[in-house]
Amino acid sequence: MTNWNDRISPIVKSVPPSGIRKFFDIASEMEDVISLGVGEPDFVTPWSIRESCVYGLEQGYTSYTANRGLMELREEICFMHKRRFDLDYNPKTDVLVTVGVSEALDIAMRTILSPGDEILIPEPCYVSYKACATLAGGIPVPVPAKAENDFRITPADLEPHVSPKTKALLIGYPNNPTGAILSKEDLEAIARFAVKHDLIVISDEIYGDLTYGDTKHVCFAGLPEMQDRTILLNGFSKAYAMTGWRIGYALSNPDIIAAMTKIHQYTMLCAPITAQIAAVEALRHGEKYMRKMVSEYDKRRRLIYDGLQKAGLKCFEPKGAFYIFPDITSTGLSSEEFAEKILMQEHVALVPGNAFGECGEGFVRCSYATSIEQISEALARIEHFVNHL
Amino acid sequence: MRELLELLKHDARRPAKELASMLNISEYEVEEKMAKLEKDKIILSYNTLINWEKTGENTVTSIIEVNLTPQREVGFDAIAERIYRFDEVRTVYLMSGSFDLLVIIEGKSMQDVANFVATRLATIEGVTQTRSHFLLKPYKKDGIIIDDKEKDRRLVMSI
Repeated sequence: MTNWNDRISPIVKSVPPSGIRKFFDIASEMEDVISLGVGEPDFVTPWSIRESCVYGLEQGYTSYTANRGLMELREEICFMHKRRFDLDYNPKTDVLVTVGVSEALDIAMRTILSPGDEILIPEPCYVSYKACATLAGGIPVPVPAKAENDFRITPADLEPHVSPKTKALLIGYPNNPTGAILSKEDLEAIARFAVKHDLIVISDEIYGDLTYGDTKHVCFAGLPEMQDRTILLNGFSKAYAMTGWRIGYALSNPDIIAAMTKIHQYTMLCAPITAQIAAVEALRHGEKYMRKMVSEYDKRRRLIYDGLQKAGLKCFEPKGAFYIFPDITSTGLSSEEFAEKILMQEHVALVPGNAFGECGEGFVRCSYATSIEQISEALARIEHFVNHL
Repeated sequence: MRELLELLKHDARRPAKELASMLNISEYEVEEKMAKLEKDKIILSYNTLINWEKTGENTVTSIIEVNLTPQREVGFDAIAERIYRFDEVRTVYLMSGSFDLLVIIEGKSMQDVANFVATRLATIEGVTQTRSHFLLKPYKKDGIIIDDKEKDRRLVMSI
């Protein structure tokens, strides 16, 4: 009998499977599970955005688009970056519309990494970062961010991991899974570090619109001299509740965008026209809906932050995304034990912190992209669980 | 204050403890603010939005356009008051456009409402014309979609 497993590429084999499979399978079977394990908004895409897509279909917009995306959409993306961050991008040469940030991340890595090139990846982080680097033939170098620093990465954390092979740095703030953000000063320090070591910076700002309180998102590419050095990734999934549309984009200098476009052209051709039409509407008229959702997340954020502390779990106040990352070491359980026990006993699904990198051990990720009623009930169950260990 | 009002508008039964967490203030402050809002008549009442259709109870709602002859000194206000004092009248608005008052009436049957309009409303001095429209089916009320089919279709976990 043929052993098909032997035929699979060693690179693919070297990538570990998702860390939540086991929990997913158990949780999917449960009737009354409250899930704080979902990495996407609970809102449905605002109606005006959905309606524009329906109208587009009625008008017969069903064709391919330019590889780089509809010019209208590229222009709207550039206007938005001018308006919000005073950044000048040329819609003809500096923008590539992709199938979600996921595709942008993949082709950015494949564009810049040669076999053996190293890319610094602060952890805990979104699970695709390391996998994409490996699949691109590069070597992901995880850099643990410190819990006592609220998981904000600093040049001091990064410096020991630099080698002559280091070619790039990947940052993702506001951060999934911690909810940490970086201030302007933090980012400026990172920018100096990038110049010092002449690194390309991939900045995944998919949660950029989701910041709370007085903290405003700082776009990394907007820092002095960073625009050309940065591959800025963003999309519509989180801020506009458009996860299933699969639509995102990359912004960078014309050379990098042209190279990324080459891969995109041969592998994806273009992002779906339906999603591109919807994205145009999101940028033109969607901001008010987005602000409303952000203000709703903010209330939930305060509720869950307060509730977890009352339940006896230490956590820092998340300022971005829609995650909170409580420290569960006081329970004496590992992240996975905690996640499994609370799922079995209290029917609350959350994600063990170590799924996002080794330094996430001792933490769990709770998503508050769910209704207030569900959050309140989940908090009661968590408190009950912690008090009855 | 706006945030507190928005939260209560969405769900007036939220416990003060929860409101306090969400607004980042103390429970005592929440209660104090609510008491003041009630006293200042900014919060007028805490209502329940009911889908009567589902209860099987018969209620009939009619929207009535009313034309008036305004009176010296008081304009439309005095007649409006004569109208809104009736228990049957749920809502009264002064309108711009082709009629003056929009009156919403609830009754047990169409007969009931028609009778009220004919004998009580149309006969008020200063009322020159009424046009009644009976409500057939509510789709959305006060921002709430009555039969909302949208549900959470997300996977139970995702990273």
